[in-house]
Amino acid sequence: MPAIVQVENVTKTYDGGFEALRNTNLEIEQGEILALLGPNGAGKTTLISTICGLSAPTSGHIRVGGHDVVSDFREARKLVGLVPQEINLEPFEFVMNTVRFSRGLFGKSRNDALLESVLRDLSLWDKRNARIAELSGGMKRRVLIAKALSHEPRVLFLDEPTAGVDVELRKDMWALVDRLRQDGVTIILTTHYIEEAEAIADRVGVINKGEILLVEDKADLLARMGRKEMRIELTETVSAVPLSLKKYDLARVDDGAALVYSYDTRGERTGITSLLTDLQGAGLGLKDVQTRQSSLEDIFVTLVQEASA
Amino acid sequence: MNWNGIRAIYRFEMARFFRSIIQSIVSPVLSTSLYFVVFGAAIGSRIDSVEGVSYGAFIVPGLIMLSVLTQSLQNASFGIYFPKFIGTIYEILSAPISSLEIVIGYVGAAASKAMIIGSIILTTSFFFVDISIQHPFWMLAFLSLTCVSFSLLGFIIGIWARSFEQLNLVPLLVVTPLVFLGGSFYSITMLPPIWQSISLFNPVLYLVSGFRWSFFGTSDVPVVASLIAITGFTTLCLFIVWWIFRTGYRLKA
Repeated sequence: MPAIVQVENVTKTYDGGFEALRNTNLEIEQGEILALLGPNGAGKTTLISTICGLSAPTSGHIRVGGHDVVSDFREARKLVGLVPQEINLEPFEFVMNTVRFSRGLFGKSRNDALLESVLRDLSLWDKRNARIAELSGGMKRRVLIAKALSHEPRVLFLDEPTAGVDVELRKDMWALVDRLRQDGVTIILTTHYIEEAEAIADRVGVINKGEILLVEDKADLLARMGRKEMRIELTETVSAVPLSLKKYDLARVDDGAALVYSYDTRGERTGITSLLTDLQGAGLGLKDVQTRQSSLEDIFVTLVQEASA
Repeated sequence: MNWNGIRAIYRFEMARFFRSIIQSIVSPVLSTSLYFVVFGAAIGSRIDSVEGVSYGAFIVPGLIMLSVLTQSLQNASFGIYFPKFIGTIYEILSAPISSLEIVIGYVGAAASKAMIIGSIILTTSFFFVDISIQHPFWMLAFLSLTCVSFSLLGFIIGIWARSFEQLNLVPLLVVTPLVFLGGSFYSITMLPPIWQSISLFNPVLYLVSGFRWSFFGTSDVPVVASLIAITGFTTLCLFIVWWIFRTGYRLKA
């Protein structure tokens, strides 16, 4: 099955000459959750805006469901729902009216039963007759999501969905994303929060300065670039790593109160057993041992630094 | 055609109008009544008649035009400027709806509102003066063409404007003088010859003249000229709107 979103050699140059996207290629598979990570100004929002029709690509082609987003915009856009980063809502409008408006705008006939279930899913049903201005920030963000879901999109773009929302709403949002995935909706979300990508994404794309640095399966990425560290706290401080332990390439930290051993999780032998034996042989006493898996955050920082270097 | 989309925009815009129904209706009725009192009763009592029509009745078509022009411009320019201002335009730009359909929705709603207000003023005027409409079909034709063309102009202004100040600038500095100098409250035959000639360059004159002809059968300029003027103006506005969407002028990054 061809990818549901295909971005081919897309470049976007703004009037001032700023190149927001450089020769970008991206394929998004049906039903997956893709997280786009990148620092501010990396081009995440530009990429989404260009796919959704808010800005035209300077060159290159974008297809959604096989339909070109420029020449066949009607068919392409019917499939797409967009939740923008900014809370763009008419303050004096009522929740139900604005959601109904969105559904009509996307060419769908009125279906209040469906809208009811969307609003209930987002805990907005009680607020359906409230004015937007009366809602809290988190509630407004839910209204934006309800608007995007009102026309039953097959591909949903969430631009920084959890920026500035509380922990509870973030968890709700993740649960919603999970439900949508079960319905077969493809989800692309941009985020600064690596924790978020780690929690819900299938694949992770890293974008910086208008270029996609990589797009990879989250688990593969963590396995490939992820390192594990073992921190060994000693009963007595050491002034230097004993020569007998040289082959483990240990790092001495906290003024010799602890040693850190890095190892590859995919290696057949991690070397932990022999290290512990050799530590004992060197006469070092162990107070505590901790292991830590490097997170997407470490990987992300490494990638962006490498790209900037 | 995305009919559901057009309907959604039209309904949404009309709902805004009906939410402020008191303001929407009371204000034109009040201002019209004031015009009748001041121009019709007070000043009009010193003027016998203009081209065989009592002065109070003579100003009715001009009064309707004045309100209809202003309302069309205001409603249409605000209707499209507001989503731009608060950012909700993103949704319209990302929807499977063509520029023509967007224009039909917004301009249709603005023109409808202006039509409703025009009808209210006409009804109000029946309470103050005796008027009969000689050519009802042409009266409706002129009224609706004016509503549509000036709503189109309003739409263009709404897209062009970058601030509320700019939004009010054109109606205030251009349209109001044109309406007042376009023979709304007088016949240009009452002017010195030089001003008569200058008035012929005022597009609003053709609207008011044609509209007044549909009431009383007398006009400042030939009815055909009025028809050509209004049709030409509508076409020009349509062309500009087409160009705006083709180039994405002030709409897309």
